Amino acid sequence: MAQLQAKQDALSARIAGLDLPKSGWSAPLRAEALTRLSAMGLPGKRDEYWRYTDPTSLTVAEAPAAAPFTYSDEKMVFTDIDRLRIVFVDGVFDAAQSDDLALAGVEISLLAEAGDIHWASDLYGVLEARGQTPVQRPLATLNTAFATQGVLIRATGKAAKPVSLIYLHKSEASDVILHHCIKVEAGAELTVLENGPAAARFNKVMEVEIAEGGRFHHIRTQGRDHERRAATHIFARLAANALFKSFTLTANGRLTRNEAIIEFTGDDAVAHVAGAAVGDRDFHHDDTVFITHDAERCESRQVFKKVLKNGAVGVFQGKILVKAGAQKTDGYQISQSLLLDDDSQFLAKPELEIYADDVVCSHGSTSGAIDEAALFYLRSRGVPERAAQSLLVLAFLAEAIAEIEGETLAEDIRVRMENWLTRHEGK
Amino acid sequence: MTAMPQLETEVREGVDRETIETVNAMAGKYKHGWETEIEMDFAPKGVNEDIVRLISAKNGEPEWMLEWRLAAFRRWVEMVEPDWAMLNYPAIDYQDIYYYAKPKSMEVKPKSLDEVDPKLLATYEKLGIPLKEQMLLAGVEGADEPRKVAVDAVFDSVSLGTTFQAELAKAGVIFCSISEAIREHPELVKKYLGSVVPQSDNFFATLNSAVFSDGSFVYIPPGTRCPMELSTYFRINAENTGQFERTLIVCDKGAYVSYLEGCTAPKRDTNQLHAAVVEIVIMEDAEVKYSTVQNWYPGDENGVGGIYNFVTKRADCRGDRAKVMWTQVETGSAITWKYPSCILRGDDSQGEFYSIAIANNAQQADTGTKMIHLGKRTKSRIVSKGISAGRAQNTYRGLVTMHPKAKESRNYTQCDSLLIGDKCGAHTVPYIEVKNNSSRVEHEATTSKVDDDQLFYCRSRGMDEEEAVALVVNGFCKEVLQSLPMEFAMEAQALVAISLEGSVG
Repeated sequence: MAQLQAKQDALSARIAGLDLPKSGWSAPLRAEALTRLSAMGLPGKRDEYWRYTDPTSLTVAEAPAAAPFTYSDEKMVFTDIDRLRIVFVDGVFDAAQSDDLALAGVEISLLAEAGDIHWASDLYGVLEARGQTPVQRPLATLNTAFATQGVLIRATGKAAKPVSLIYLHKSEASDVILHHCIKVEAGAELTVLENGPAAARFNKVMEVEIAEGGRFHHIRTQGRDHERRAATHIFARLAANALFKSFTLTANGRLTRNEAIIEFTGDDAVAHVAGAAVGDRDFHHDDTVFITHDAERCESRQVFKKVLKNGAVGVFQGKILVKAGAQKTDGYQISQSLLLDDDSQFLAKPELEIYADDVVCSHGSTSGAIDEAALFYLRSRGVPERAAQSLLVLAFLAEAIAEIEGETLAEDIRVRMENWLTRHEGK
Repeated sequence: MTAMPQLETEVREGVDRETIETVNAMAGKYKHGWETEIEMDFAPKGVNEDIVRLISAKNGEPEWMLEWRLAAFRRWVEMVEPDWAMLNYPAIDYQDIYYYAKPKSMEVKPKSLDEVDPKLLATYEKLGIPLKEQMLLAGVEGADEPRKVAVDAVFDSVSLGTTFQAELAKAGVIFCSISEAIREHPELVKKYLGSVVPQSDNFFATLNSAVFSDGSFVYIPPGTRCPMELSTYFRINAENTGQFERTLIVCDKGAYVSYLEGCTAPKRDTNQLHAAVVEIVIMEDAEVKYSTVQNWYPGDENGVGGIYNFVTKRADCRGDRAKVMWTQVETGSAITWKYPSCILRGDDSQGEFYSIAIANNAQQADTGTKMIHLGKRTKSRIVSKGISAGRAQNTYRGLVTMHPKAKESRNYTQCDSLLIGDKCGAHTVPYIEVKNNSSRVEHEATTSKVDDDQLFYCRSRGMDEEEAVALVVNGFCKEVLQSLPMEFAMEAQALVAISLEGSVG
């Protein structure tokens, strides 16, 4: 009981300075979220779900300061991709830097501007609330209650180009909450790109509902501001024959917790979640994935790779839950880490919970150093040691990058990774 | 292909014969479900400091032991029962259990096994446990040379006697009940008791520390290879009685021992609590092999009755190159909560864990291991096979941790689950913590159902479905079964077949 009290006290302190929007279509959904949140409080260090990541800096009232990074040596990612740009500066929509929100096959509106009636009222906070069992995710509920900024995207056909969400970080004290809702209608297709560090502290929720036969692709990078902290959630629900594919590259950040909560409710759907994280020094990166199979013949795939050095910490918590009746499920999960030195850590909890008998589920998790034999081979062929090491690191990450569809996008990500390795070589 | 059919028939006959024999031998499926009618001496129900004092007094313990128990009890009162395991059971009323039950005839301790109440001896005879020396464990007649196995028989709260003590003493091996050890070898007990599983380790271990009534004690002196296998056989008989045994094994430098543990209980429609602690200390170059066939009464098809089994087992490889091997076949108990662990403290020490956990009907098992790598170049290997049938839930829960100083260590984990039927569950909850980069950790887990092609093949050879499933399952478990001592391997194989009866169709 004392523990719950401490969590609720933390919550009171955290939301003291926040305003709960009281008008518009989302008001009742926010009020309901606040009720749920009050019962839970904020996560604490002793929570099993935060076993390997200390949530304190994500939950304290005041966001720890983080200096914004200035891009001088390279263009931002996705610059050369034909896309519709939506820019948020310190969490506030910036019309001047954004493109016109009209796009064939897609309806886009802003959370800040939506009136009394909106299609998103069927979705806002709904998937987030579903994602609260069996494990509580209070940071997402806090987001539902208090987010005032975000986009509401509805794909009704094949989107003419990707929608690109760009999060710029200007103030070192910015504490940002963004909430996006994405609905992919039956047979529609949409790609969403995300990049930029967003803020000193970033709490983001993305709810994605994919109707029958809908296809959704998601590729994100999390920016180069090293001091930043982020807790992000993706809640996705897939109807029959739907497709969901998400890839994340994290190359910097003091603390990143990326949660993906995916639910299959229709048969024959496919969901792939992948992540590549490269970390140096005080880098703590946590991928937490929860996939629920509640339909037949669905396929889920989780591929997470981490390269860690100089005391960086990588965390993976992944779970596949196969409910009774979800027969012919194909669940695959791999989490691997490459520890480049003796100070780094990899902490993993890959879980399976299975209540159906005709399934094939497997998970693998490995951790170790660079393969000396492979390194020796490359060096014997005249490849310098550093280049050889980079080559092996990239080869290790390749399985995750292979999850990106579209060669241009994959290449863009690959270049980012190579640049990171060059910048952090041999230190 | 010509050799194949013959091989098939042989294996099939093996499974067949064992199954039929057992079913014929006992009505019902659990063959050890009968009860010995014997007059018992009970302590009052419930647990409090007086009961702790009483147990200590009954065992004729010195003051320091009583203090140790009381300290544990005071800690236990403050503790909360853990609820993190994937287990569902009604709250246990710890005050509605007898913590001490002793056959009346054991009031005056018999000088030798010949003086033990024939009813008690008959109990063990019926279980196939030879308490007379020179007798063999059932099922090994075929062996070239009769293998001797020393047995410590624990009946409810007391040890009835230990066989081959004299012969073991010649080799310097001490094998006796823990109550005897507390009296006869206090220096050893004082030094090692609670050094692996501390008094207040966890809720169930702490309760055990306060109220354990008996158990076995083993000391193997330096450089000694224990001349025979040692074994403890636990029997819960009395109703509403909890069994809290404590086992302490100390294997000194360069010594070796293989230890077997078996357990059964009568069929009852109430649940009974079993909370044991096993501590193993392994010194330099020593090796301990600990095998368990856990066959407590699992409850009936509807989940009525059965043992609640909450066990803390831990081995501490204190010296360099120490080695421990846990092998367990878990077929019984309504609830199993058990994580035999290895602390790999010495450099180059080695821990192995082989487990088959079978849950049928309404059984629930949450079991696995912990491999704590502290020393350099330590190695561990985990092979866990979980089988779920009926409405059972079976969870593998394990921890592998590589500390920063455990350079160049190695772990390999494989946990496979097999589901038979669509109403059961199989779960895997591994924790993997790697804190240095010269160590390698690999974890693999799969979940699948009994392969239709394999079943079809067996059935096309004329086996009925249950036989076919038993054969496939035995194949699935082979890796673990092979690592059991022969005496157990046969029993375990038969158990696999029996535990799954009625799970098909």
